[in-house]
Amino acid sequence: MDDGAIIEVRGLTAAYGDDVILKDVSFEVTRGEVFVVLGGSGCGKSTLLKHLIGLYRLASGEVLIDGGNLATATGADRQRILRRFGVAYQSGALFGSMTLSENVTLPIEEFTRLPPAAREVISWMKLKLVGLEAFGNHLPAEVSGGMQKRAAIARAMALDPAVLFLDEPSAGLDPVTSAELDALILELREALGMTFVIVTHELASIYAVADRVIMLDRSKKGIIAEGRPQELRDHSTDPYVRRFFRREAE
Amino acid sequence: MAQAPNVLEIVKASGGSRLKFAGRLDAEGVAGAWAQALGAASETPRIRVDASEVEYCDGSGLALLWELQRRSGAEISGLKPEIAKLFEPFAEAERQEGEPKGKKSAVVSIGKVAVDLVRDLYEQVSLLGQVAVISLRVAVRPGELRWRDFWITYERAGVQALVVVGLISFLTGLIMAFQAAPALRQFGVDIFVVNLVALAMLRELGPIMTAIVLAGRSGSAFAAEIGTMKVNEEINALTTFGLDPVRFLVAPRVLAGILVTPVLTIYSDLLGVGGGLVMMLGRGYPIVTLWRQLTASVGINDVLAGIIKAFVFGGLVAGIGCLRGLQTKSGPSAVGISTTRSVVTSIFLIVVVDAIFAVVYYAIDF
Repeated sequence: MDDGAIIEVRGLTAAYGDDVILKDVSFEVTRGEVFVVLGGSGCGKSTLLKHLIGLYRLASGEVLIDGGNLATATGADRQRILRRFGVAYQSGALFGSMTLSENVTLPIEEFTRLPPAAREVISWMKLKLVGLEAFGNHLPAEVSGGMQKRAAIARAMALDPAVLFLDEPSAGLDPVTSAELDALILELREALGMTFVIVTHELASIYAVADRVIMLDRSKKGIIAEGRPQELRDHSTDPYVRRFFRREAE
Repeated sequence: MAQAPNVLEIVKASGGSRLKFAGRLDAEGVAGAWAQALGAASETPRIRVDASEVEYCDGSGLALLWELQRRSGAEISGLKPEIAKLFEPFAEAERQEGEPKGKKSAVVSIGKVAVDLVRDLYEQVSLLGQVAVISLRVAVRPGELRWRDFWITYERAGVQALVVVGLISFLTGLIMAFQAAPALRQFGVDIFVVNLVALAMLRELGPIMTAIVLAGRSGSAFAAEIGTMKVNEEINALTTFGLDPVRFLVAPRVLAGILVTPVLTIYSDLLGVGGGLVMMLGRGYPIVTLWRQLTASVGINDVLAGIIKAFVFGGLVAGIGCLRGLQTKSGPSAVGISTTRSVVTSIFLIVVVDAIFAVVYYAIDF
């Protein structure tokens, strides 16, 4: 496993118009790391994620994914960077007119030269990883919200990207499925050296998978804590951070 | 695209073939090796897979190994422990082909269409009844209607439609006069173009064109708006608040539709007849002659015949738009389907109702 940084964020400022959400945020994500972004509601977690994956334009600063800058790259270079990561959106964002299996097959079909039989087996395997192999021929509207979410994770993994961004992956999942998802994340990291950037609130999940977390805060518009979750819980100097990790009321 | 890297070596032996994989079993490597590997596997009864030199194996590699194992019972050896762990969940798994969606027989399909039609008719009548009851209640207690919604709809469906309705009507009147004049000229009665344009516009084209524009602009918008609310469970939220969606959403729109269409129709009549007169002025007829011809050829009943229809068309178009919105099912394509259905049903019913009016007017000599 290469220990270099796969994602570098330097001086990121995110704003909607004049409303600055994050100011001068810098951090690095190491290859093969499970990196968790957390914080209270409205602190800019999802905003940060959307800036990392190039959906929103940075107000200032830069984000490098595997050395490539999505903000400036165009054409084939941009495609190459986009191929390096997969994203599972909070609401699933599955294509409603395609079955779950077709949703997973779509990127494989578009970006590889694998024969149809191979594409089908891969799609079945990805769905099996998230426990949905029996639902491949269902439309997203025909399965539950939790299942849509898992299918979205399967689709994000379709091309075995180097980095997987998961936005609130375990919200809405039952505890068993959620624990299985945690185990899956660790397995994929070990076997494929995948890097995970996860936005989540689920403390149980964070303790189970996170190598390192950053905690964002709304009033400071930036990172207020960084480190291993257990250490932050026990040794953070900021009482708010300790309370957050212990799930205590003020 | 660059040549796929060679990841497969096939060693043929008397006891069976040995497939030796090396390097990176990723999408690129597997794309090149898939057909070759499975071809070799189908030729010989016994096959062994040596994966000891595989450095990296992602989903595509796992798929190839699994397919080899399934088709020819290949023994796989030498997988690195971390890759073996990834392969483990699939090693014993059977891939179930999803059950094909059941095909229905023709009889079942015809029956389903019939039942759907009857149910749709029932819902239309039921909605009509609900709107009628609410309208009566509003007549007694005007505070029950959401007047804000009513006025917003009135403005969107009425004021904002003036340009398109005006242009279409004016040009239709003009074109009709253009087409009729040469034919009537042959008999020396081209002054009767005025009668033709005025009667056609007032009795038929004014109300029908206005209603069709309303169906395309506003009925579809109602269906999309209410349909999106249905998909987002906003209708459920209204219901659990104890707010009747028909009173809250449908009544203001239908009432606005009923009251705005006659006004638009009068406007359309004026511009349509105006278009015809402009054409006749262009042919050299003095305005006084045209005016006399006009007032002699049409009576107040012709104007009323069109306006009465307009009330019905307005309620029809707005009601169908709202109904199709409320009937929206779930899923992203549902709103699109509802919108299309609202326009198609509205235009169809406009023509059917217009035919009924024609018969009734004829029978009562109106």
